[in-house]
Amino acid sequence: MSTASSDDYYVPHGTHWPIIGSIGLTLTVIGLVRFLHGAELTMMFLGIATVIFMMFGWFGQVIDESMAGYYNKQVDMSFRWGMGWFIFSEVMFFGAFFGVLFYTRVYSIPWLAGASNNDATAWLLWPDFEAAWPLLAVPLADKFAVAREAMGAWGLPAINTAILLTSGFTLTLAHHALRRQDRVWLVYWLFATVALGFLFVFLQAVEYSHAYSELNLRLDSGIYGSTFYLLTGFHGFHVTMGAIMLLVIMIRSMKGHFSPDKHFGFEAVAWYWHFVDVVWLGLFIFVYWI
Amino acid sequence: MNLSKFIRRGAIALAGLASMLMVSSLHAEYAFNMTKGVTPISRQIYDLHMIVFWICAVVGIAVFAVMAWSIIYHRKSRGAVAASFHESTTVEVIWTVAPLIVLIAIAIPATITLIDLEDAKTNADINLQVTGIQWKWKYSYLDEDISFISSLAQSSRDVIKDPTGKENYLLEVDQPVVLPINKKIRFLFNSSDVIHAWWVPELAVKQDVIPGYINDSWAIIEKTGTYRGQCAELCGKDHGFMPIVVEAVTQPEYEQWIAGKKAEAVAVAAAAELQWSMQDLLAQGETVYRTNCLACHGATGAGIPGIFPAMTNSTVATGGVAEHMNVVMNGRSGTAMAAYKAQLSDVDLAAVITFERNSLGNSVGDMVQPSAIKNAR
Amino acid sequence: MTQEATHDELGEYQGEHHDHGPAKGLTRWITTTNHKDIGTLYLWLAFIMLLFGGAMAMVIRAELFQPGLQFVEPDFFNQMTTMHGLIMVFGAIMPAFVGLANWLIPMMIGAPDMALPRMNNWSFWLLPFAFTILASTLFMEGGAPAFGWTFYAPLSTTFAPDSTDFFIVAIHLMGISSVMGSINIIATILNMRAPGMTMMKMPLFVWTWLITAYLLIAVMPVLAGAVTMMLTDRHFGTSFFDAAGGGDPVMFQHIFWFFGHPEVYIMILPAFGIVSAILPTFARKRLFGYSSMVYATASIAILSFMVWAHHMFTVGMPIAGELYFMYATILISIPTGVKIFNWVSTMWRGSMTFETPMLWAIGFIVMFTIGGLSGLMLGVAPVDTQYHDTYFVVAHFHYVLVTGALYSIIAAFYYWVPKWTGHMYNETHGKIHFWWSTIAVNVLFFPQHFLGLAGMPRRIPDYSLQFAEFNMISSMGGFAFGLAQIFFLYIVVKTIKGGKKASGQVWEGATGLEFEQLSSPPPYHSFTKAPDIKD
Ligand code: HEA
Ligand code: HEA
Ligand code: HEC
Ligand code: CUA
Ligand SMILES: [Cu+2]
Repeated sequence: MSTASSDDYYVPHGTHWPIIGSIGLTLTVIGLVRFLHGAELTMMFLGIATVIFMMFGWFGQVIDESMAGYYNKQVDMSFRWGMGWFIFSEVMFFGAFFGVLFYTRVYSIPWLAGASNNDATAWLLWPDFEAAWPLLAVPLADKFAVAREAMGAWGLPAINTAILLTSGFTLTLAHHALRRQDRVWLVYWLFATVALGFLFVFLQAVEYSHAYSELNLRLDSGIYGSTFYLLTGFHGFHVTMGAIMLLVIMIRSMKGHFSPDKHFGFEAVAWYWHFVDVVWLGLFIFVYWI
Repeated sequence: MNLSKFIRRGAIALAGLASMLMVSSLHAEYAFNMTKGVTPISRQIYDLHMIVFWICAVVGIAVFAVMAWSIIYHRKSRGAVAASFHESTTVEVIWTVAPLIVLIAIAIPATITLIDLEDAKTNADINLQVTGIQWKWKYSYLDEDISFISSLAQSSRDVIKDPTGKENYLLEVDQPVVLPINKKIRFLFNSSDVIHAWWVPELAVKQDVIPGYINDSWAIIEKTGTYRGQCAELCGKDHGFMPIVVEAVTQPEYEQWIAGKKAEAVAVAAAAELQWSMQDLLAQGETVYRTNCLACHGATGAGIPGIFPAMTNSTVATGGVAEHMNVVMNGRSGTAMAAYKAQLSDVDLAAVITFERNSLGNSVGDMVQPSAIKNAR
Repeated sequence: MTQEATHDELGEYQGEHHDHGPAKGLTRWITTTNHKDIGTLYLWLAFIMLLFGGAMAMVIRAELFQPGLQFVEPDFFNQMTTMHGLIMVFGAIMPAFVGLANWLIPMMIGAPDMALPRMNNWSFWLLPFAFTILASTLFMEGGAPAFGWTFYAPLSTTFAPDSTDFFIVAIHLMGISSVMGSINIIATILNMRAPGMTMMKMPLFVWTWLITAYLLIAVMPVLAGAVTMMLTDRHFGTSFFDAAGGGDPVMFQHIFWFFGHPEVYIMILPAFGIVSAILPTFARKRLFGYSSMVYATASIAILSFMVWAHHMFTVGMPIAGELYFMYATILISIPTGVKIFNWVSTMWRGSMTFETPMLWAIGFIVMFTIGGLSGLMLGVAPVDTQYHDTYFVVAHFHYVLVTGALYSIIAAFYYWVPKWTGHMYNETHGKIHFWWSTIAVNVLFFPQHFLGLAGMPRRIPDYSLQFAEFNMISSMGGFAFGLAQIFFLYIVVKTIKGGKKASGQVWEGATGLEFEQLSSPPPYHSFTKAPDIKD
């Protein structure tokens, strides 16, 4: 599919947003490290603010150019490839953590209990350790305070699953509304989606506090807590980001930025949202359920 | 340059290289190639190594020969005119399949060797637990209830600035591990801190030593002798100074050595019952410090800023005895400071604590007796 | 096709001048969205990093010149080893290839620029910050990371200095940069080809980079995951790599090498593309087996995801794992062999001349093959138990990286610099540079095979006396090779400043859009109008 369209490819002139973004990210990460070593969070917040400023500026410019009609089909296609492969890179990021989950469950925990070629591991080092998942008794009990109880699947997590699935559905309804140029329903359905997104995040916060206060399931509760919080935490972070992006899309919809045949901004966020949705299904199955 | 000239020059260069190699190989015993070693597995590995090496050499020479030919004959300056072929499915298939056959030829002996190599669990005569500790090795004879720590010999440390002429520089230890010949030894490896790797080339044992897991490996040593190796996994500052020395002896000699070790253990236990004088404690403490603590806390007790704290004027080493004993005996979990009660005897612990309090620029004045350590255990 | 520049109409909107030339001064470089400018920035960054990482290698070789500790403390030596590896991999080789991609891909496929020019700028401008952070750790209390470029846990978690956290975030920034850069390259190649430039007409350099970009997108996020888990293990009490809590230090290695092995092919696939461009030019004969080259590259990439644990043959994997990873590893020799054989067939019955780029390309093939064959030896699991973590491995990877990746980059420089600058380099200088480097690099790395076989472990600051002779030889080769690269710096600067004028075609046998349709130097925006592609 060789592609060169009949009109011009838009090549922007110089831009100062990237260097601002780089400075922002640098401040953020250095601020984070300094915080970990006892400093205040000021620098990190400054960095994050700079990044947000950069995003407003950069995306604002892109939106203006798009509205001014500088972008042709081919530019649109570049954005599509860009977003698509960005999401793929996110898949690989989550893949690393899922990989860890499977590796510990299938290999390393049984090995600690003597499976495969590890008989001596069990009798010399951890004679009392028993393989189990969720892991509620770690090999060295006095180093890690483990959870009293595992997080069940059929309470909040199941509700959250329903919420996210519904939100995927409402988003599709919004898309249909957009296609038939029904701006009112577009905004309504987007609003529903955003609301469901934030509701999800809120319920997850409730779930976390339940885990900490009642189950003693903590970030430092051994490998179960570690995988639980990093997987669900990064997912929750992505949901938050996605919901904010949806919010922006909703505002842009109200302003009438999108037309039935040209609304890549909307689609990009929708792809992202569906990706977040699918990741959740993986989490629900492998972290909570089985 | 025509071909015969090219070959002649090449031959001269090769001969020169070969003679160079031979001359220098007189200096060192196995300076160029892998050792054949002294175990059945090491010989198998050596043979496999040579097979693969020769295959690679032949493939390499063939490829280079064709290249050299076309470089010589198909050059523009010789009037060569470019041909126009640029594709042939037949040759592509040939040079996909031919290497595949070569690989299968390699894979078969490799599989056999690997299966033998992994056969540690069956019929072991001796179980030797090897524990990697930054930067020394602890050996525990599981069937005999003997254990000791083996670290780089002082004689190597002394000449570290200029080791000229020092035999076995960096490859000698204070206490070698002794093993009998013609017995199947199963090694059980674990680590008390970071990952190390226990490697003795002549035994063809190289196994990572991993905290929290136990790996195993095995050897039947067929010849008496002294076999030297080194830690083979980056494990921090003194990774290069973590040698291994295995003495392979006959069965009677081995039994005698075991008996000696057991007697030693009795003597050490008895020494712990005695009251020690300050002088004796300091003398003993200095030795213990040098072999166990110096690597991190420094010869003068200055440590390394940002990584290892100084002992000089340390609040712990100049504060209460109880806390000092606690840190040294139980370590600080989550740091490089290990729990030394698992490594050192009562006497050694008492001595090194006393030494730290009254030397290295400190002068607290009090003493710790072995009996105090024993009670604290 | 009216690819008249749009920026004229946009000039007003952008509030900038209407000509197509670059902005002036430092602003040009900081704000540029031009693929050539950004390519230049990447290439200079890479060169500076090569000198920086090379200087560390010189410290290593100086300390190893003779037995005994002479110059540096063991801990500092480990910092040098670690930083040398990191800087060379992430700072020299990778940015150099990205720089070449930026310069060449739009010209090779007939595009006006990269697909996402603003993001292109960001990809570059994260790197100077990332490397400043990384380099600054050298001056921190406790020193720079000293756990090897592979940063195995728990040495890098529980037992590492505070500066490790800066290392972690530097890796994050590099990762973001790489992912954005790769997305851009993929979008450019898939979306920006001129009409008629079908996939199977693309130059191999474009193909290899497309596949490399996929590798990068797939593995950089995994590396990001790995360092994130390191960070939480260090500061938030997780126990991913701590058996006490049910984790596993070896799991770190699996994650690292899932990234790390594709990473080494990331550093060699573009090199294959470069050599495939240079050889036909100087053999005056079409590349042999174009389509099999494409398939071989793809096979190497796919296999590269399935072999990672060949770096871990001594960690105590179950035997099934060892066998599987051994078989998969040695299989890679087949597609790689196809490439070597195709190159040799390209040379066969050509009409060859040996200008500098050709010399470097031939040097690449010969020495990369040596490195590849030693790689095959390493892939044989039971024997690797003897090679692992010795200088035999160090020799292997420097043959594939220095005389492989680095040689191809230098070859690319000599091949395309007349195109980029319009100036010919000095042929005599180029040849001296080649022969000097090639003799030196073999004196430097060949004896390391012997050292490894004789039992010298890697990453040690001092060694026993039986290794003395070869280390001394190796160090002397190292210094000579280093000096040759100072000479290279001189050649680079001199060629940019001036030289004989190069024609558009540059080389008698050169093909490809950049040589056939563009002047030397090419206009600031190469193809404002899509070129005609002949069949
Ligand atoms: C550009 C980088 C690059 C490339 C291309 C390669 C290529 C290969 N590497 Fe290498 N490797 C590294 C970079 C690279 N490597 C690095 C950096 C390390 C060390 C990391 C560290 O620990 O710090 C390493 C380490 C390393 C190890 C681990 C060693 C150890 O630590 O114990 C192994 C083991 O299998 C290995 C194998 C291979 C193989 C089989 C190939 C194959 O791809 C080679 C294929 C090529 C050929 C075989 C030659 C040409 C083929 C023919 C002429 C065809 C006919 C041949 C036959 C069938 C015989 N490599
Ligand atoms: C990616 C590419 C790459 C490149 C190009 C190089 C280039 C070189 N490497 Fe590199 N090396 C690695 C990647 C690379 N290396 C990696 C990944 C490791 C593993 C790290 C680890 O174990 O964690 C390693 C490890 C490594 C070791 C093993 C260290 C150890 O195990 O302790 C050694 C030892 O000789 C070495 C030497 C060299 C030398 C002499 C060069 C030379 O080619 C460098 C030449 C360039 C210059 C010298 C620059 C120009 C000169 C100057 C700036 C002025 C100074 C000059 C003089 C004083 C003469 N390297
Ligand atoms: C592998 C490195 C290493 C070795 C060997 C080592 N230590 Fe330490 N030691 C440390 C580190 C790291 C700390 C700091 C721990 C912390 O952060 O609390 C420490 C702390 C101490 C302290 C407390 C100092 C203070 O001011 O907090 C004492 C006392 C001490 N070590 C004694 C010893 C003795 C005695 C030995 C030998 C028997 C020894 N150490 C061997 C690394 C080491
Ligand atoms: Cu222990 Cu290296
Ligand atoms: Cu590899």
